[in-house]
Amino acid sequence: MSDTAISNAYQTGPADEAFEASVGDYIALLKPRVMSLVVFTGLVGLMAAPGGIHPFLGIIAVVCIAVAAGASGALNMWYDADIDAKMARTARRPIPMGRISRENALSFGIVLSVGSVSLMGLVTNWLAAGLLAFTIAFYAVIYTMVLKRRTPQNIVIGGAAGALPPVVGWAAVTGSLAIEPLVMFAIIFMWTPPHFWALGLFREGDYAAAGVPMLPVTHGAKVTRIHVLVYSLILAPLGMAPWIMGFAGGLYGAVSAVLGALFVYYAVRLVLQPGDRTAKALFGFSLLYLFGIFAALLADILLRGWL
Amino acid sequence: MMPISDLHKKRRGRNVAIAAILFGLVALFFFITIIKLSSVPA
Repeated sequence: MSDTAISNAYQTGPADEAFEASVGDYIALLKPRVMSLVVFTGLVGLMAAPGGIHPFLGIIAVVCIAVAAGASGALNMWYDADIDAKMARTARRPIPMGRISRENALSFGIVLSVGSVSLMGLVTNWLAAGLLAFTIAFYAVIYTMVLKRRTPQNIVIGGAAGALPPVVGWAAVTGSLAIEPLVMFAIIFMWTPPHFWALGLFREGDYAAAGVPMLPVTHGAKVTRIHVLVYSLILAPLGMAPWIMGFAGGLYGAVSAVLGALFVYYAVRLVLQPGDRTAKALFGFSLLYLFGIFAALLADILLRGWL
Repeated sequence: MMPISDLHKKRRGRNVAIAAILFGLVALFFFITIIKLSSVPA
């Protein structure tokens, strides 16, 4: 399909059988790759919480977090279909390709949102359900509709939505909030800007073409690289906070220290050797960092009493 | 027998997925009810 056809397809809707949506198209609406990180951090929040939850209900709670994340993705794709069509990274999504109409994506997102929040409330408690509803609303309304097209601080503030899953997981078990899940929230919140700015650095042309005011577009690559370094310098010690505050053990402390130091190394390299190569390296490592420290936290919880 | 087009295949895939989700939800609510009832003190 040509670029022009892609940019027009989402407006005209399904035209013939070639555009009939498959199950895979609906799965693509859920942004499965983003979902994996959300599910993992939500699971760690749930496992870290004191007290217990029936294993089956715990699994359902994690599934609710996953479905809510998917619903947020579908609502994001519904609203952003016009700019998705202009960016190479997103032009092959189901709506720009004309395989799913915007109306269907909106309905799909709303049904999954209501379903996941209701099920979370019935299975665990209504604090967890309320936090889950807030997460979806924050991502779909505050980030997607309000911030994304208006300010280069879009992903700084919008990052709160992606940082909430461990808090939701914790609340699902305890029915309350505590400092531990808020520290997990803070880590993801501080991780989000350097992660997305690294992406923005090597996808700057895409964002500029779509009119999305990402920091590299509005303030240039040099300012963005400095921002990435500053956030990395805050993130590295913050990542060690669970160990410093005493709710994670030495294993977590060691892993978070090494990964934090590496994060700063990649950020320094980005500043000293500007270019797509170092930006891509930092972007890739940032994914490893978040998985790594939450995996270390999970291992720390599971091995508690053994070490 | 009518030839099965790509359209039919996609629709059949969607119908099977919806059926699986509906049966899954029935099973899910059944097990949730059993777990919730068994955790209520007598």
